[in-house]
Amino acid sequence: MKKENIKFIQGNEACVEGALYAGLDFFAGYPITPSTEIAELLSYRLPQKGGKFIQMEDEIASMCAIIGASLTGSKVMTATSGPGFSLMQEALGYAVMAEIPCVVVDVQRGGPSTGIPTHVSQGDVNQARWGTHGDHAIVTITASNHQDVFKTTVDAFNISETYRTPVILLYDEVVGHMRERLVVPKKGELPLVQRLRTSVKEGVDYHPYLPREDGRLPMSDFGAVHRYNVTGLFHDMWGFPSDNPDIVHGLLRHLVDKIQNNVNEITRYREYHLKDADIVLVSYGSSARSANHVVVSRRSRGEKLGILELQTLWPFPYDLIREKCANAKYVVVVEMNMGQIMEEVRKAVDRPEKVFLANRIDGSFITPTDIRSILRLIQGKGV
Amino acid sequence: MAVKDYIRERFFPHIWCPGCGHGIVMNSLLRALDDLGMSKNEIVMVSGIGCSARISGYLDFHTLHTLHGRALAFATGVKMSRPELNLIVPMGDGDALAIGGNHFIHAARRNIDLTAIVMNNRIYGMTGGQYSPLSGYGTMATTAPYTNIDHAFDTVELATAAGASFVARSTTYHVQQLTKIINQAILHEGFSVVEVLTQCPTYFGRKNRVGGAVEMMEAYKKNTTSIGSKAKKENPDLIERGIFVQKELPEYCDEYDKVIERAKATLPKE
Repeated sequence: MKKENIKFIQGNEACVEGALYAGLDFFAGYPITPSTEIAELLSYRLPQKGGKFIQMEDEIASMCAIIGASLTGSKVMTATSGPGFSLMQEALGYAVMAEIPCVVVDVQRGGPSTGIPTHVSQGDVNQARWGTHGDHAIVTITASNHQDVFKTTVDAFNISETYRTPVILLYDEVVGHMRERLVVPKKGELPLVQRLRTSVKEGVDYHPYLPREDGRLPMSDFGAVHRYNVTGLFHDMWGFPSDNPDIVHGLLRHLVDKIQNNVNEITRYREYHLKDADIVLVSYGSSARSANHVVVSRRSRGEKLGILELQTLWPFPYDLIREKCANAKYVVVVEMNMGQIMEEVRKAVDRPEKVFLANRIDGSFITPTDIRSILRLIQGKGV
Repeated sequence: MAVKDYIRERFFPHIWCPGCGHGIVMNSLLRALDDLGMSKNEIVMVSGIGCSARISGYLDFHTLHTLHGRALAFATGVKMSRPELNLIVPMGDGDALAIGGNHFIHAARRNIDLTAIVMNNRIYGMTGGQYSPLSGYGTMATTAPYTNIDHAFDTVELATAAGASFVARSTTYHVQQLTKIINQAILHEGFSVVEVLTQCPTYFGRKNRVGGAVEMMEAYKKNTTSIGSKAKKENPDLIERGIFVQKELPEYCDEYDKVIERAKATLPKE
């Protein structure tokens, strides 16, 4: 292991390392706590490799600019936090509709509104799912430590290219600002998905929105030999607006199915001590660190606790939850919001009444002690 | 190349109302491009939402029909990634200066090489005749039933103040001049703004009782004059036509190339 590949850095920096490893070419963003370090670092690093960085006039423009850049064949990203993520929602829906690969980082802080900018929260989970209007599918992934931040960032680019979809990296303030070790993988160690470009030759009719048999849509870069239309309206296989009911129905089904039918391929998670667990903790992001601490300490006392750490939040892995929680007496969802993932876990398990919430919503990081007090209540051991 | 080689005939007839000025602007734009002899593969057209924005679908370029007001932001991303492409951004007056006003002034400030064509019909046509930021005080609209109390922007002054390095205005009546101006705007290296006064007889015309397309175009003839003309001195109410600003300023993508050079110089020699 080379010394220069071992870093002691913030999670935001690990995200930048992952994005550069994945081949990021273009970043547009607007300053906002607690994600600003991503923009700062990329303004320094991207031009060193001939990439482009631009600070736009707001988050709306940032989201639009990365979509434009992606159409020319670039790998693109933006980074923000709650208020900026709200502003990006319309253009995020455009990327869903026009099937433009892009990566959007939301380092969560407390909301609603300006909220509590410098403190942690996981309150944007449902915004990531349903922030933009209309039926749609979306991919959202997260991580609890810097090695996984790096890997999920690379994954986000791979998924966005594979399915031609925006991917949301939903980190939180603790992961973003915490410092710990990152070992940068060697070139070639992690697989990279490159853009699937059309093999249709110049002069032959290219249909930008006609899926292949495997459901994938090969792209043609803006500026290359195929000229076509891209729109946020429902559109036919040429990308031209259409209100034909069959076309509208078919396109909406395609947009949802291409993600929902691949839940297993998109789902990423970690599990510890689940096999014989009576109590399963389900968590993600930085709160999974505290949950994991509780599991390790209780296991040393012989108690049968296990943890399922979700990395893919959307599409929600209902089957995985059902399977992993099937034998649990209690399922405790540890998160820093008012139960946004708990609601999904309740939908997934056979007995929703066995699902409990261990949370904090006051801007403070949820500690192992917080989780332990809730466990005592659930187990009827008093406060 | 004939003008018809630039259009996607399969998507015609277009959606514009009889008498609408937007077809004249499209025609003028295509003649300007034909004069320049650019390859269709080098041209990217980015538009927002509204009647004007539909231009992009009808033309055989790389076309990006985006969100209301955001065309310039999308275009900025395309241009920065592929500076060798020619970006043309047709916009309506509401699209460019109400919902898109922020992007408009910032694109001008950066002096990024985009050609913005503001098709000013003083109304929101697609939604049925609401007042726009260019309707002006005293006009009528479906959302100003007691007459409009909003004052209008002067597009030329706004673009100039924001730092655009090419600013011009013409009308659908003065189509020869318009073609020449668009031609110059595309050639110009930097942010260019061309305001085109274009008639909406269906909504602005009817609501304000200014007649049909012919009368509205005659009004463009009567109420406008060349920049600095004798007529303007005699009648300050006349609207000036022509090129107001045309200056060489550092272009944004060229400047970013220098940033890349400076960034690469910080790397250790291999």
